[in-house]
Formats: sequence, C-alpha cells, structure tokens
Amino acid sequence: MSNQQKHWEKTRSLLFITLAIWFVFSIGIFLFGAEMNEVTGPFGYPWTYWFTCQGSLGAFVILIFWFANRQEKIDEEFGFSEREDE
Amino acid sequence: MKGNFIDNLPKVYGIYTGGFIGFIIIMAIAEQMGMTAKAIGIAFVAFTVFIYALIGWLSRTAQADAYYVAGRQVPTVFNGMATAADWMSGASFVAMAGGIYFKGYGYMALLVGWTGGYVLVASLLAPYLRKFGCYTVPDFIGTRYGGNLARFSAVVVLTVASFTYVTAQINATGTIASVALDIPFQYAVYVGLISILLCSMLGGMRGVTWTQVAQYIVLIIAYLLPVFWISNKMGAGFFPHFMLADEVARIGELEQQFGFVKNAAADLKSVPKGLAGITKAHSAVNATPWAFISLALAMMMGTASLPHVMMRYFTTPSVKAARKSVGWSLFFIFLLYSSAPMLATLSKLSLIDPNLPTGIIGKTFAEVEAIDWYQNWNQANLMFISDFNGNGTLELNEFFMGGKAVVLATPEIAGLPYVISGLVAAGGMAAAMSTADGLILAIANAISHDVYYKIIDPKAETAKRLLVARVLLVIIGFAGATIAAMEIQGILGSVIWAFDFAMSGLFFPLVLGVWWKRANRQGAIAGMLGGLAAGTWYLVWVRTGGSGFLGITQLTFGIFGSAVSLIAMVVVSLMTAEPDKATQKMVDDVRVPSGKTILGKSH
Repeated sequence: MSNQQKHWEKTRSLLFITLAIWFVFSIGIFLFGAEMNEVTGPFGYPWTYWFTCQGSLGAFVILIFWFANRQEKIDEEFGFSEREDE
Repeated sequence: MKGNFIDNLPKVYGIYTGGFIGFIIIMAIAEQMGMTAKAIGIAFVAFTVFIYALIGWLSRTAQADAYYVAGRQVPTVFNGMATAADWMSGASFVAMAGGIYFKGYGYMALLVGWTGGYVLVASLLAPYLRKFGCYTVPDFIGTRYGGNLARFSAVVVLTVASFTYVTAQINATGTIASVALDIPFQYAVYVGLISILLCSMLGGMRGVTWTQVAQYIVLIIAYLLPVFWISNKMGAGFFPHFMLADEVARIGELEQQFGFVKNAAADLKSVPKGLAGITKAHSAVNATPWAFISLALAMMMGTASLPHVMMRYFTTPSVKAARKSVGWSLFFIFLLYSSAPMLATLSKLSLIDPNLPTGIIGKTFAEVEAIDWYQNWNQANLMFISDFNGNGTLELNEFFMGGKAVVLATPEIAGLPYVISGLVAAGGMAAAMSTADGLILAIANAISHDVYYKIIDPKAETAKRLLVARVLLVIIGFAGATIAAMEIQGILGSVIWAFDFAMSGLFFPLVLGVWWKRANRQGAIAGMLGGLAAGTWYLVWVRTGGSGFLGITQLTFGIFGSAVSLIAMVVVSLMTAEPDKATQKMVDDVRVPSGKTILGKSH
C-alpha cells in the first residue's frame, strides 16, 4: 500500500470515530430523552434538558478541536502537513 | 501594508471593541441626562451601520482573488468570528429564545441541529473543499464532476436554498430598522438592504469578512450583557448558565399549578396574528424521540450543505487552518446558543411567577393594563391579554406574546435602562445584516463566477467579471427586499426550509464527491435535481393537505429529499461509466492536505 493509501486509511478511521461520537451526542442521547430527564444532572438541571441546552453543544466544540488535532498528527506522520509559508 | 493589517487584526478589533463599549457607556450617561428612548435607538443603529459601511469601503478591491475568497488569508480565529456572524441570523438572535420560551424541549432540537452540523462540516467537507481551491460551492461540483449541467444544477439548488433564507433576513433587518428608526416597514426594508449592500458591494468577500467580524462583536455583547444583567437583577445567579436549575424547576412547579388550559377556537380568533400563549412544558421532554431527532438531523445535514457557510472556509490560509477554523466558529456560536435557553428561562419566570414583582399571572386585568411596559409592547403588537373566563384575573392561558418579545422586551420588563434595548436592536441588526450579506454574496458569486464566467463567457476579463458580480449583487438584493416587503412568510419557518432545500440537493453530491471516488457526473446530476425535486414535491404535498409519512413534516422534508438524492446518485452512478483517470487522480489529490490546490490561485 502506498503512503497515500495508508494516510487515507487512517483518515477514514478517524472520520468513523468522529462520526460515532457525534452520533451519541446528537442522536443517541435523545433516543432515551424521557428516561434520562428524570435524573438530575450537571448543575442541578435535568440530564436531557442540560444536554440540549449546553452539554451536546459543548461536546461538539471539543470534538471538532480534538478531530482537527488528530488529523494534523496523521498528516504529519505521512509527511503531508502543510508548510506555513505555502 | 496588507500583511500589516492581518498582523494587526487583534489590535484593530481590540480598539473597535473598546470603542463600542465606550459608545454604550456614553449612551447610558446620555440616557441619565434625558436623551429620549427613540434618539438612543436611532443612535445605536445608525452608529453601528455607519461603522460597517466604513469597513466595507476600506475593503474595496479590484482583484478576483480578494473579491471571491478574501485573498485566502483570513486567520483561523477571525474566520471563526466571521462564520459565527454569517451563521447566526436574525432568527437566531431575535426568534430563537422566543421559540424555546413557547415550545421548550421540542424546539431545542434546533440548538442541537444548528451546532452538531459543524462536526459534519469539519470532518466531511470543509478541509477538502479548501484544498480544492474553489471560489464557490458549484465551482467544486462543476470541476469534480465536470460539465456545465452539473455546475448549473448546483447553482440552481444553491439559489433556491439561499434565496429562501435571504428574504427572511432582509425581513428581519427591515423589522428592526422600522422599530429603531420609526419608519414604515415597506421603506425600512430598503434601508436595511442598502446597509447590507454597503458592506459587500465594493469589497466582496473581503469586505464581508471584516464587517462580519465587527458584527459578531456587536451581536455577542448585545446578547450576553442583558442575559447576565437580568439574571443578576432577579437574584437568579451571577453566572446564569450554571445557576438556573432552581428557576427551571420552579417553572415546572408553576406549570403544574396553573395547568395548560386549552383555549376555545372562538376565543383564539380574537388574539392578534403571530402571538402565542405558553402551551408546552419548559424543561420536560415534550416531543417524541423521532420528532426531536429528525428535526436535529435535518438541521445538521442542512448546515453542511449551505453554501454561504461553506464558502467561509475557502478564505483560510491553509487546509489545517480550515479545520481549526470550524472549531472556532462553533465555539463563538456556542456562546450565544447556550445563552438562549437561559434567556428564555429568565423571561418566562419573570412573567409567570406571582412571587416576583414583575410576574403578571394572577394579577387583575386592570393592574396589568396599567403597567408601562405592557402598554408599550401591546401597542407594538407583541403582547395581548384577554379575560376568556371572565374572572377578572389573568391566567396563564390568557396571556399572549410574540416570539420576538422574549429578546426585545425582557430587558425592559426586568427594569433595565433603555440603553440596553438600544443595544439589543443594534445586535439584532448586526445578526440579520451579516447573514444577509453572506447569502446575497453566495448567490451573486455563484451566478457571476459559475454561470457567467465559466459557462457563458470564459474569456471575460477580471474587471468585467467583478462588474457583473456587483450588478448581480444589487439585483438579487432588490429582488429579496421586494419579496420581503410583501411579508409572505414568517422569519423562522423560511429559515428552516432553506436548510431542507440545501440538504435535499447538495448534501450527498458534496460529501460523495470527496468520499466516493466512483461517484460520477450522471449520478451527481440525478442526485441534485432528483433530491431537490423530491423535497419540493413533499413540501408542496404536505402544505396542500397531504398527510406525509414516517413523521416527516414540512420542517423536515429535507430528510425525504436527501434520501431520494442519495439513492438516485448511487444507482445512476453505478449504472453509468466510472469517472475517468484524471478525475480519480483529482479526488486522490483532494484527500492530501499538502501541496498545491486543485484549481489555480486565480481562475
């Protein structure tokens, strides 16, 4: 397998991990919305309510930065990172 | 000089922010000295719009590269701010807290949808389209799949989605301008339009970028300051986001106590159009999982297909910067979106809790009618009470309010000085203007670059291309304003439709263009046109009394449209020949972040 293929392989698995986490916070949680809302969560808000107004939103922000850093590492590993002066 | 400007950005916008805060303080002092509410409103809107126009003029350019993609040198964090302003429309600013106030949990699917979509943008699309080096979204479709028909189909989808969106934004600028400047709505719409064009016409993407950053700073101050102030004034907690659990619980208690009494249809006829009562629980789960998830999913896929957002990531200096920039965009959006439910909570509690001095439920009608702010907002057609059961005291089901009132009226209800209301007007104006600018530019650029330059006259010189782009900008702006002046649809409904149109036609052709090498021209055209047609058909069908299926409503028709788009694209692609070697090589190159862009620097 060429360098480029390996790079794409890793990039694709990172995508799947990212989308799996995204799925949990955007869809997974809300499948059990009614049940989870019975429980008190962070700062005293009901769990599902907290996720809709802060939790999921914050998780997405963190997820994107995490994804960007991981992808940069992958690019570096295969020598595909960009020079700043390009 | 130009390099200097980029290096000095933190300083420039630091001074600007300081200046704006200084302006707020001066207005606050002027209010104490007797400046009228109306004069303050005019000062806020006029001053901020003047600044944006000045930035627009300073950013004027005659280069295609600067006009279409701001010279590809916008730093990560600033591009994040510009995207956030581009993204958060008049609807986010003025209508979202109101929607949460009335519909509670079920409505908050929009919060999840309008943020989660950025994960898709960052991981599936933005870095690859940046690597491609295109000027517009149809530019990517046209080059990846080849051929004028593919390019043209993308322009059609883009125009349908963006135009639906832009009329709502011009409508919002008109509403705010008409209230703040006290002129009739039909004229205010054009005042708003001219302000919008001042930002974008001379500098194109470059002008829009730097005004959007300025607009973000105004709108975020205008949103957060009142939320914190009201929370502190009510004694609800000095940092509302972490401290409103008791208030949320108290609303739940009051809902139990009052109950949601259903009004008779005959009674509701007397309520002015556009006003609503509280009929749904605030924090309890009041929607089925599918209703919530389908709405969130439609908004997420729509986010990843809307061209005015995507083209912001064409302006970063590198592919790496495009990825990071998506993170910053969402961070800046998060600041406002996580505050909207807090504002809705504070607003609702201050109105319905009989233990609070501002609470009106349980008071007599005579008492409520004597309150200053009630009279003001009743006159503005945003509040209404009616004694349906004739017992003389106001019940929860007898109080009606417009969605905009939550953002616009809560500062006044909580007893904040008028200077805050002026600030909120300036913030709403900034939010609506920045989105309208991005949208009009997206449409005009697609038509001028993809239709005029790439299809009609590929030999046109830069000066002529940019002239065409500017003329189109004005024409599209006026068309949008004319439709907005007719006031056909509400602000929020048409915004949601825009997402559905975009995802119906563009989501899969864009994503598969990068992630599926086998996708070819025939498949993409089938996907775009089939998806758009299917989505539009479903919308029309449901609007004209169709029952719909699978719980897909007129707000989520994009789910049906995009499913048809996916199937059409895969089936047609597999039935026709695979793309040629050159195209496959192009896809391989797009997947590698380093090296030259696929399209030349200036094309």
